[in-house]
Amino acid sequence: MSDTTSEQVLTTQDGKPLKQALASALRREKMRALLLIAPLLIFILLTFVAPIVDMLFRSVENSIVADTLPNTVVAMQEWDAASGNLPDEAVFAALYDDLGVAVKEKTHTRLGSRLNYEKTGMSSLFRKTGRRVKRMDEGGPFKEQFIKADKKWGQVETWATLKTFSPRYTSAYFLSAADAQLTPEGVKMKPEEQQVYLFLFGRTLFLSITITVCCLLLGYPIAFLLAALPLRTSNLLMILVLLPFWTSLLVRTSAWKVLLQQQGVINDFLVWTGIVSEAGRLVMINNQTGTIIAMTHILLPFMILPLYSVMKTISPTYVRAAKSLGANDCSAFWRVYFPQSVPGIGAGAVLVFILAIGYYITPELVGGTSGIFISNRIAYHISSSLNWGLAAALGTLLLVAVMVLFMVYDRIVGIDNVKLG
Amino acid sequence: MATTRGAAVRYESVQKSYDGVSLVVKNLNLDIPPGEFLTMLGPSGSGKTTCLMMLAGFEPATHGEIFLNDRPINNVPPHKRGIGMVFQNYALFPHMTVAENLAFPLQVRNMGKAEQEEKVKRALEMVELGDFGNRRPAQLSGGQQQRVAVARALVFDPELVLMDEPLGALDKQLREQMQYEIKHIHENLGVTVVYVTHDQTEALTMSDRVAVFNDGVIQQLSSPDILYEDPQNSFVAQFIGENNKLSGKVVEIQGEECRVELDDGTQLKADKVNVGGVGDRTTISLRPERVEFDTHDAMDNIMNGRIEELIYLGDHIRVRMNVAGNDEFIAKVRNRGEKRNLSVGDTVPIGWSLGDCKALDPVA
Ligand SMILES: Nc1ncnc2c1ncn2[C@@H]1O[C@H](COP(=O)(O)OP(=O)(O)OP(=O)(O)O)[C@@H](O)[C@H]1O
Ligand SMILES: [Mg+2]
Repeated sequence: MSDTTSEQVLTTQDGKPLKQALASALRREKMRALLLIAPLLIFILLTFVAPIVDMLFRSVENSIVADTLPNTVVAMQEWDAASGNLPDEAVFAALYDDLGVAVKEKTHTRLGSRLNYEKTGMSSLFRKTGRRVKRMDEGGPFKEQFIKADKKWGQVETWATLKTFSPRYTSAYFLSAADAQLTPEGVKMKPEEQQVYLFLFGRTLFLSITITVCCLLLGYPIAFLLAALPLRTSNLLMILVLLPFWTSLLVRTSAWKVLLQQQGVINDFLVWTGIVSEAGRLVMINNQTGTIIAMTHILLPFMILPLYSVMKTISPTYVRAAKSLGANDCSAFWRVYFPQSVPGIGAGAVLVFILAIGYYITPELVGGTSGIFISNRIAYHISSSLNWGLAAALGTLLLVAVMVLFMVYDRIVGIDNVKLG
Repeated sequence: MATTRGAAVRYESVQKSYDGVSLVVKNLNLDIPPGEFLTMLGPSGSGKTTCLMMLAGFEPATHGEIFLNDRPINNVPPHKRGIGMVFQNYALFPHMTVAENLAFPLQVRNMGKAEQEEKVKRALEMVELGDFGNRRPAQLSGGQQQRVAVARALVFDPELVLMDEPLGALDKQLREQMQYEIKHIHENLGVTVVYVTHDQTEALTMSDRVAVFNDGVIQQLSSPDILYEDPQNSFVAQFIGENNKLSGKVVEIQGEECRVELDDGTQLKADKVNVGGVGDRTTISLRPERVEFDTHDAMDNIMNGRIEELIYLGDHIRVRMNVAGNDEFIAKVRNRGEKRNLSVGDTVPIGWSLGDCKALDPVA
């Protein structure tokens, strides 16, 4: 009865193959599980994944040239900028056709602002030509008429720029985000005085690390105390630690302004005690110091909480055991307690670092010019300069940088060494 | 005992209070000679751990003094006391290997590398874990972890080792095996051991002497056999082994004997251990295995009891009976093979000799 050979296909009572029956039974289970998480899944897809994909796409997307000037782009294919000659009449004719449509749809100014990111003067060129193109003679020749409308049309560089950015996808935004640019001659670094982003990335990294270290130095003793105290006292202290969460971020940041400014409370006190002179009031706000102080304060709970929850699990008997074995307080701490708290340090550091590197509002308010982050620059491009492509490229670079750091961290510390409780 | 290299411990009128309201340890006086295996036994919350922690230096004594080899140690910090300790949950450092755990006390003593390795190796061999040096504590079974904890407490050659319920987390079989192993290590090394448990079998099998704690007071301090045979009060009689209680009133005292009238009027002769004078209430304590069913006239005490329940346990039969109004009275009948006519509902005569029944302080 039970000696089924390997060739025999096991079947259910009504003769269906067993494997198939099992799979269909499991499929029903899986579908039900999927249905349960479907709302969340859809929510995340719509509000989280889709925007990120869109952002990644925007950072390379460049169809505006090809969409606005379709005929010109095709006509220009033959033309070689390196020849040093202007494109021939056919290209100008195509440009006339395209601009006629573009002006009617009012898309030529958008193209102008887009190309202006790459070469100054393009915006005004398109606006001016847009006004003139209606009055041009339909019969041609167009080359002369365009050059008469604006002499930039008689310059090879104008056409070279147009050709360089005619493909639908471009690396220009990424190059720009890395302080380089795409010129008709190839990739080049931007002039020294225009390089800002690499420096900003560096500063963001440096400040985030500094803030993380400050949080660790301040948070570790507090978490240690919290974990060691009896529950009632530690609960009270915990409320104090969490207090910042209950007040608005804006209020807290403004409070730092009041405290730290040159006519502020701290400086007044220092002058009053005579530690600094009236003339030597410390500059602690609207610079890096301000950013570090305010952000350390804001992010401190994110360090304390994981540290505390890990330390809570370290039984005090370990330290007692170490002492009974002859270790003094110092070596009992460093050799027995501290290594066991490392997972908490790992979790807290990752949390604070990742929050810090993308922080926006506090640097904006107290950072001045020397204390702002890359995220402030991204915000500027999104809301002021409207260069979304560059903002997307900067954002993508930031994302990649964080992921790389995360991987390095995993190599060194090990993600499984990170514990939130 | 090969050589006694143990330390002497003395508690002198030690008191301890955590909250300043109640005393957890009340006037403890205890003298432990070098090389002794002393067990503190008592119910939960009786202050055993507290006594041990005061000796180890983790809790200050509120009053009194503790001496280690006649040196007062109240002001010596724990790491300078040189006392080995095994904790209930072992407290092996999870981030170190077994060998590193064992080397820890040697490292903090700045011992040379070669000597460290030698000692660690010997300690591991002592607990038969020679091949486990490179494992992490989490990769060991409970019993193995326990052995590592014992080895670590001994590796730096302390004169005194404290163990706080070290076998509490093990199953029964492993527990018994470890009891013998610890006992043998103690015999071989000759260190003084102060051992805490609330398992009376463990205390009886392992110890030279047992201190029975209750409510912060040592109720009796004696060797295991005396503890069982001659309990000094009702608490000890109840706590150690199985015990029948019969309450009554002292009606006559004659030297070391007394006559007790039970509540139903029966009179018994008993050892006068812990009673006041004539007329005082008392509780008689009697071990179940001392109750005889083959009564004869020479017996000091003979009563009738009604059998309520019979439980067959192989080597003996447990008989629950109603004696003098107490229906929790237990007798054990050894199984010698002969047929015995006991059945539920019968009223049978039972007897025991005077020395087996102790008149102790009354319990409510
Ligand atoms: N740190 C402390 N703070 C306050 N009270 C304590 C503390 N430790 C113990 N106690 C109290 O002291 C009494 C004795 O505790 P102790 O731990 O010595 O008992 P124990 O005999 O070891 O019990 P167990 O067998 O359960 O381990 C208990 O009532 C306990 O509540
Ligand atoms: Mg205890």
